[in-house]
Order: sequence, then C-alpha cells, then structure tokens
Amino acid sequence: MSVAVNDLTVRYGEVVAVDRASFTAPEGAVTVVLGPNGAGKTSTLEVCEGFRSATSGTVTVLGLDPRRNRSLLTSQMGVMLQGGGVYPSARVRDVVRHFCALHGRGVEADGLIERLGLSGRAGSTWRRLSGGEQQRVSLALALAAAPRVAFLDEPTSGVDIDGRDTIRAIVAELATGGTTVVLATHEMDEAERMADHVVMFRAGRVLASGPIASIVRQRNRLGFRSSPGLDVAALGAHLGSVVADYGSGTYEIAHAPSADLVARVTAWLDSMTLPLHGIDMGHESLESAYRRITGGAQ
Amino acid sequence: MSLRRVILQFGSEWNVIMRNGEQLLLTLVIPMVLLGFFGAVEVLPLGDGDPLGVLVPGVLAVAVVSAAMVSLGIATGFERSYLVLKRLGATPLHRGELVVAKALAVSAVEVVQATLLLGLALLLGWRGAGTDIVLAVPAVLLGTLAFAGLGLLLAGRLRAEVNLAAQNGLYIVLVLAGGMIVPPDELPGVLGSTVEWLPTHALAACLSQALSNGPGGSHWWIIAAWATTLPVVAARRFRWW
Repeated sequence: MSVAVNDLTVRYGEVVAVDRASFTAPEGAVTVVLGPNGAGKTSTLEVCEGFRSATSGTVTVLGLDPRRNRSLLTSQMGVMLQGGGVYPSARVRDVVRHFCALHGRGVEADGLIERLGLSGRAGSTWRRLSGGEQQRVSLALALAAAPRVAFLDEPTSGVDIDGRDTIRAIVAELATGGTTVVLATHEMDEAERMADHVVMFRAGRVLASGPIASIVRQRNRLGFRSSPGLDVAALGAHLGSVVADYGSGTYEIAHAPSADLVARVTAWLDSMTLPLHGIDMGHESLESAYRRITGGAQ
Repeated sequence: MSLRRVILQFGSEWNVIMRNGEQLLLTLVIPMVLLGFFGAVEVLPLGDGDPLGVLVPGVLAVAVVSAAMVSLGIATGFERSYLVLKRLGATPLHRGELVVAKALAVSAVEVVQATLLLGLALLLGWRGAGTDIVLAVPAVLLGTLAFAGLGLLLAGRLRAEVNLAAQNGLYIVLVLAGGMIVPPDELPGVLGSTVEWLPTHALAACLSQALSNGPGGSHWWIIAAWATTLPVVAARRFRWW
C-alpha cells in the first residue's frame, strides 16, 4: 500500500483529534477521507505529509516515514493545503514556475497553468483570484511535483461547476497514471464522484474504510419514475417480478438491477408510450451510507 | 544543501521584497530621509565634531535594523499567516536552504542600502575618516544576525497583525532611543546607561569605529553576544505555521 496509517493517535493537549485511526490507500486509486469539519481528516493528512508528529501509532507513505525521510518524500509528494500557501502579491505564473523549479521533476509550468484553465489569469496576483481560481492554483502547486502520492485537502471547496469538472478530471488522470491520491472532503457528492476507496471519519475515529463498493450497500431493487397510475400488474407480468407503486409516479421492481432489466422496463414503457423520468439502480448513496454508519456509532 | 534551490528561493524572496512597497519604504526611504534631513538640519545633539561622522554610522545601523529585523520579521510573520512557509515545507526546499535564501535577500537589500546611503552621505559632504573601513563588514554581519534573530523571534511567535504592530513599534523606539542616531550620553539617566548594552548602540558604535574612527572596544563583544544569542532563541521558539 502506498499510504498505510496504523493505530494513529494525534492529541492537542487534552483534545484527541485522531483516535487510533487505521486505514490504507492503494496505489493508482483515489482514496477519499470523508467526515464533517473537525473529524480529524486534516490532522491525519498533516501526519501523512510530515507536517505533524503522531502522538502514537505509525504512518508510512511510499514506504517512508514522513518525518524521518522527509527529503526523500517531498521530492515525490504533491500537497494541496486546505487554503492559502501563496503570498498575496505573487503572480500565478511566477509561483507555479517557482514550484516546478523547486521540485525539479521536469513539469512545465505554462503547460500546467493551461491544463488547469488558468492561462487567462497567469499574470494575476493571488489576491485578485476568485476562491475557485486559488484552489486551482493550489492544485497546480501539488502537480508541480509530478507526484507519486498526492494529498489534497478539500480540493473542490468554493470552486464553481467548471472548476470542479477540471479538478475532478485531473484527479482521475492522476490516479489513472498510477499516482496514489488521498483526498479529504466533507462534501459527500464530491466524494461519491471521485472515490475508489473511502475512509469515513467521525470524532477522530475511522468508522469504515475500504473500496466504495464495500461501503455502499446494494439494495437489490430497481427504482424508476414515470407517469402516476401505471399498470404495475401488467408490468410485473411482463417482467416476471413484483412491481411496487410508491405513488407520485415512483415505482420499484423487486429484482436485482441489471442492464437487461432496464432494457425490458424501458421497452415496455415505450410500447405503452409512457415516459421515463428517472432510474435508480439500487445503489445506496454515499451520504446514506455515511448516515447509516455514523448513526450506528452514536 | 542545494545551491540551485537556494538561488531559486533567493529569487523568489527578492521578487516579494521588490513588489512590497511598505518594505521598500522601510528599508530604503526612511533611512535616506533620516540621513538627508538630519544631515542638512542640525537639530540633533551630535557633539562638536563633524555631525555626519556620527550620523552616517548611526543611519547605517538603522538601515540594518530596518532590513534584518523589521522587513524580514514582518514578511516572515505574514508568510506564516498565509501558510507560505507550510506550503514550502512540502517541497524539497530544506529549512536551512530557506534560511540561507532569506539571509541572502536581506544581504542584497543591505548592499543596496549601503550604496544609496553612502552615496547620499558623500553628496552631503561626508568624507569617511575610518582607517579600518573593512570592519564595517563584520559589524553589519553581526548586526544582521542579531536583528534577524530578534525579528524572527517575534515573527515566529506572534499573530501576523500583532507582529506587524510589535515590529513597527519596536523600530520607532529603537530609532529614537536605541543609541543609533542620538548618542546614549545625550539620553536621560538610566535610559542612557541601558542603551549602552543594546545591540542597536553596539552596532552603531562598531560602524562608527569602521567609518569614523570612533571607539569600538567592548561594543564588539556586546553585538557578538546578541548575534549569538538571539538567532538561537529564535530558532528554538520559532513556529513555522
């Protein structure tokens, strides 16, 4: 595993920020560290990045101790802080060039600026950028390392829709290219869009971790929305399954979702000249899974 | 220690200084105004000799305090506040390389200061009488170490805004009563005898020996002591973010 957190505890005086947390983040995948503000996500990331010492427990990143092997690690690690990190009077082009040069990994600054959609703002100072543009510059600084492992803290926070698309695409590209991406967020929707693996934090503790498919339950039901008052008996007979009518045009078929089942439902609706307003493949949303898991802990 | 990274970071530090109007005001304009005004208008109790003989080393000491303490301290305080230091901490740039780059940037500012101030002094009629002018180099070096230590001690502990106020407040007090412009024996009672032990007066006295054949003597030990102690305390107490 590229990142291995084992029984990590971080204390600030009497406050326990992280309480015996353990999880792993595999290479070439996006691991989302999920939880509300103050759950211990940033403290955990800071230990992984080598900014903070563990009170107890161990962390290895690319097989290295982030504190003792700092020099080796910083040359192959990209870090995006939750905010700031750039002098307000610094220009985008200058700061990206500076970080590319400091890392010395052959990343070309102008190409990076273009890739993040910042070419039109390259001459602007940091203080004149919008929140979303600042986030994109911060991501560019992390990418300047051509990282083997990237720690991104709330990368889409305050970013508009286009910027989010850009950031999601880059995160996916990083993972596809073999980079281990560890991303902290409290936004469930973002997590669901980007995660291969999930680590759920609450009050400093890891409540669940693993591939997203192992966290989110399958409901073994196919839901869909169409016109109200549909003949569910006829549809049930057509499909050979029970179809429940939940009112307001919402229906559920008691059968595991599959492409074939969707095709048969849509064909039947088409033959009846009925509309299809939406389809639910029966996956539990990450937010529902989080509520279920954290609710169970309370 | 990578010379390449030190040079890169020095370039970045220099750009920040050049873009920061307040720092330029502090490091260049204020010492120039002090020298120009007090060199032309005899309002300071500078004794019977050539007033520029006292004023030039004193203003050079003020310039060192401006660059090494106030300018560096304020900039570093805001870098902490803006998480610039933290962000740099995630790059291959080592802390030692960052410190050397900052020291080089301060030294470069001091070279510009010295060039401008000595040029202005010559225009005002100053003719350096110092026979040990080369002593100005270790004097400035020791002064830079001492005041950079003091500036970083404040910057490494205080919030950026409090640090800004503290550095500026301390600067005004030191300029007025630090024994650089006004000699300690012209200051009242216990203040005058206290000032003798301050790094500000010690630096001015050492520069006076180098540039005007003034009495250096024990002041070298005093500035050396400050130059040894303050950076060590600053390094131990400094919080990077």
